[in-house]
Amino acid sequence: MLFRYRGSEGMLAWAFHRISGVAIWAFVIVHVVDIYLVGGNPKAYDEILKIYASPVGRLGETVLGAALLYHALNGLRIIVMDFWPVFTRYQRQLWYLNWAVFALVGVPVAIVILKPIFGL
Amino acid sequence: MTTPRYSRSGRVRPSGGGPETFIWYLMRLTGLALFVLALTHYLILHVLYDPSRQNAEWITTMRWNSLFWRAFDWSLLMMVLVHAFLGVRTVITDYLHGGARTATLMGLYLIAIGLFAIGTLVVMTLPTVVPKG
Repeated sequence: MLFRYRGSEGMLAWAFHRISGVAIWAFVIVHVVDIYLVGGNPKAYDEILKIYASPVGRLGETVLGAALLYHALNGLRIIVMDFWPVFTRYQRQLWYLNWAVFALVGVPVAIVILKPIFGL
Repeated sequence: MTTPRYSRSGRVRPSGGGPETFIWYLMRLTGLALFVLALTHYLILHVLYDPSRQNAEWITTMRWNSLFWRAFDWSLLMMVLVHAFLGVRTVITDYLHGGARTATLMGLYLIAIGLFAIGTLVVMTLPTVVPKG
């Protein structure tokens, strides 16, 4: 559906924004509960934090970071177009600019988070 | 200027100056705040400090050993509770109608209140511990 719909980039930008937003919302629920355990049950918290440091946890953190970064950058794109409507004409270019910044910032961050998996 | 019927960006600003217009501005304001708060939080806790170096003691003695970082993380929680839950509210009202919408929204708001309570409790009551050595 995503790729056949004629909305092209603008529609994909919207869909990714929505999907990443709901994913971040779900993580926030888990994260507030796990942080609560720091006071409520520190031993359980330490166990949960071992998951964050595991290979699967690191992959999850990378996906979370990607969702955050995309949502943050596309959010700026939305604000720019909302308050300076002239930019809606360049919405596609702004979206590609988002991906350029996403790659530039995201790749080094992903390397830092993932490298312990490979013992680096 | 006539109100556009569709937008290339997010949602067209609701006209009328009622609660929906207020929420539209609120999403953008909290979004800007979160651009700084959430990305900084992620950078510190997932990039600068590896999770393998963190545990409950690290949070008590290091991360939350200053009023500044407690206030920072609490502000992040407040902004997230507004932005994420109003965002999911938009998603729910897009796809659900009638009783299912009402029930799901009630559940959503209950989760938000619960997170507000436990998040505020832990960030405000966790004892401050001076690091050893």
